[in-house]
Amino acid sequence: MSATAVYPARSPARVRAARLRVRPGTAIAFLVVALVVAAVIAPGLLTSRSPYTINLEHTLMSPSLSHPFGTDDAGRDLYTRVIYGARESLGIGLGATGLAMAIAILLGFVAGLAGGIVDTLITRILEVAFAFPVLLLALLLIAIRGPSVGTEIVAVGIGSAPGYARMVRGQVMHVRQAPYIEAAAALGHSRWSVIRRHLFPNAMRPLVAVITLGIGQSIVWASALAFLGLGVAPPSPEWGALLDSGRLYITTSWWLEIFPGLVIVLVALSVTSLGRTLQHQLEGASR
Amino acid sequence: MTADAEAEQIVLDPATDRAAGAPLLTVQNLRVSFGTAEVVKGISFTTRVGRCIGIVGESGSGKSVTARTLVGLTGPNSQVQADKIDLRGVDLTRQSQRSWRAIRGREIGFILQDALASLDQLRRVGDEVAEPLKVHRWGNKEARQRRAVELLASVGVPEPEVKARQRPYELSGGLRQRALIASAIALDPKLIVADEPTTALDVTIQAQVLDLLAESKALGTSIILISHDLSVVARLADEVVVMRAGEVVEHGPAQQVLQQPRHEYTQALLDAVPSEHTRGTRLARPPHGGNVVPLRRARTRAGRDRPLLEARNITQVFRGPDKVDRTVVDDVSFQLFAGETLGIVGESGSGKTTSARIALSLLQPTAGEVLLRGQPWSALPAPQRRPLRRQIGVIYQDPLSSFDPRWAVGRIITDALSRGSKPPSSRAEARTRAIRLLEQVGLGEQHLASSPLHLSGGQRQRVAIARALAPEPAVIVCDEPVSALDVSIQAQVLDLFTDLQDELGVSYLFISHDLGVIHHMSDRILVMKDGRVVESGTADEVFERPRDPYTQRLLTALPRLAQV
Repeated sequence: MSATAVYPARSPARVRAARLRVRPGTAIAFLVVALVVAAVIAPGLLTSRSPYTINLEHTLMSPSLSHPFGTDDAGRDLYTRVIYGARESLGIGLGATGLAMAIAILLGFVAGLAGGIVDTLITRILEVAFAFPVLLLALLLIAIRGPSVGTEIVAVGIGSAPGYARMVRGQVMHVRQAPYIEAAAALGHSRWSVIRRHLFPNAMRPLVAVITLGIGQSIVWASALAFLGLGVAPPSPEWGALLDSGRLYITTSWWLEIFPGLVIVLVALSVTSLGRTLQHQLEGASR
Repeated sequence: MTADAEAEQIVLDPATDRAAGAPLLTVQNLRVSFGTAEVVKGISFTTRVGRCIGIVGESGSGKSVTARTLVGLTGPNSQVQADKIDLRGVDLTRQSQRSWRAIRGREIGFILQDALASLDQLRRVGDEVAEPLKVHRWGNKEARQRRAVELLASVGVPEPEVKARQRPYELSGGLRQRALIASAIALDPKLIVADEPTTALDVTIQAQVLDLLAESKALGTSIILISHDLSVVARLADEVVVMRAGEVVEHGPAQQVLQQPRHEYTQALLDAVPSEHTRGTRLARPPHGGNVVPLRRARTRAGRDRPLLEARNITQVFRGPDKVDRTVVDDVSFQLFAGETLGIVGESGSGKTTSARIALSLLQPTAGEVLLRGQPWSALPAPQRRPLRRQIGVIYQDPLSSFDPRWAVGRIITDALSRGSKPPSSRAEARTRAIRLLEQVGLGEQHLASSPLHLSGGQRQRVAIARALAPEPAVIVCDEPVSALDVSIQAQVLDLFTDLQDELGVSYLFISHDLGVIHHMSDRILVMKDGRVVESGTADEVFERPRDPYTQRLLTALPRLAQV
């Protein structure tokens, strides 16, 4: 008598191991973000130098043990400047994303809940805004208000808001159909109470990850603006500004571009990676 | 042996006997496991030419996995073992994916429950029906298309040429299921495996599909019919296998199994089926065993003169995306008195759910009005209606989607308690009252912190019932409250509904497509079709002396256990 295994099975031990393992990418991303947070809160812990101390004897020195990222044209330690730049760069990233979400939530909820002509109007405006390049919009604002951290936040925030607003509207339209919304209304809760207690949290839940993704994106936008000379003015160590000031020496002093560039890429990647992990977790937790 | 040679070998010997009753497929000691979980634990049966074997069981019994094994579709994480799976001399335990493709469709046809998911939405129905012909290189393109139309005609699809050119979403559920059957019988397979083929269908369509399978059977096809519904199996099967938790608990001729079951599980399953015979009795066995206990149900109808809930000529017109007005509810009136159950029965699209939403005033009727305790209800402005909502609760078919996914059971119940006329004054009181409610519906304190996600279907519906009861309503609108439950769980939940009515005197507006459930539960019944009430009366009047031809048709189509 023969018992035949028609299909091989994946061993349950392996399935369990796969579930428990933290991806190394996630661990690195977490470490990078932790370092950046440390740099924002207490940059003095990560470096003993000052980002603004000029030392004309040590200009444009290549990376070494005492200056791991090298020095710039004024002899300032680039590593220290990158560390101190984190506060402004991240501030712009968070501020811009926050502003974008505030606009998006307002427009998305009004459009999604009001429906009809209001919805059509907002959707049309969003579509036009969506078709307008973020950078161009930012240039326009800076042309009017002049470059500053505030302008940068407003420019990037307004520029990326339409994309979020469309997502918020979609979520609101989706969640308002859910039977638990009707069940809450059937219990006699007021419309406002249903929105506050059920619709808002459930519509926003999947967007938490999107917001995280947006922070990385905003840092890149802000750096791009600064690189064009339209962001924070020198001698600020904001990362985009570092790139901009290093631009003149790119043929002789590569480290001025490479290290700030790498840091921007690494931070944007890490925040994005954490955002994705969060997204998977949330999707896994919902049904 | 090469794969091609293997594929060649499966062609059955044409000389083999096709006389009715000759064995076709023999399964011995079939075991299927996923990882360490064994879901089918050594079952054996033999299908015969021109006979139908019914496999019945509840969710998790392993019946669908068994069906999938027979077409080699158990999936990559499964382990299938058997002493023997023999289709007329071909050993099915030794087939490669390639040779399975030669068997599926030609030797074994497979019909699934959900025709909409089984048919490719973007392909024409004719192409879907002709797919097995194409896979098995039957004829050329035109011949296949002609054959597809013939097949659609043979399964009773009206205007088969037109339907063959349409796409699955343009067809009704019944027509889609028939197209799926047409596809399964395209190559005249000797064996059809039908997994819940009528579960998603209305009762009149279900009768047509079962008749179609009966015709195939009469022409010599062997059928394996898998269903949770004993009365469906009763209609077609010659032999019945009852499965529970992967094991066969009873196996024998249909008549014997369904009428003189030897195993108590089979008996419990049969008892749990609601019908005209079960009114006033308990469906589920009491946990300590013993005999069927009649429910008290000695009701006194006080206040007969003033209905609790009354619908007066409600009409609902929806404007479709094509700007055409459709009347979904057409001049419907009913009265619901204290302590009674009014059943609304009808097939899909009959307007019963829309009527329920109007009764709850979650939807404003286009015309007509709803009164609550003789006072305006649907006509009230929303802010004035809100404080009255505690008087009328609702229970949905799918409890899970009616709970906020972030909330645990305790929060769901306490939130509902806060809407009552006596909201709890402290957290401790809310907790005590929530526990009391959970105990009333057969749950307990340990469920307070659970997420409904981690509860079973029956437990979820109990939570929904507790939530509906929390504000102490006089009326509960129940929209298909047991349709998603297994028959034994359904029995427990129906018993709970009856007990609560006896205890609390609450009235139910009870909506179901299931005539048996409606007959079991209702004092009075409305039969709806296409938005209209075609018949109304007491349960016995409607079921025993139906006046309307549609009601008569429904009752004829209803499969009954006694038909065996």
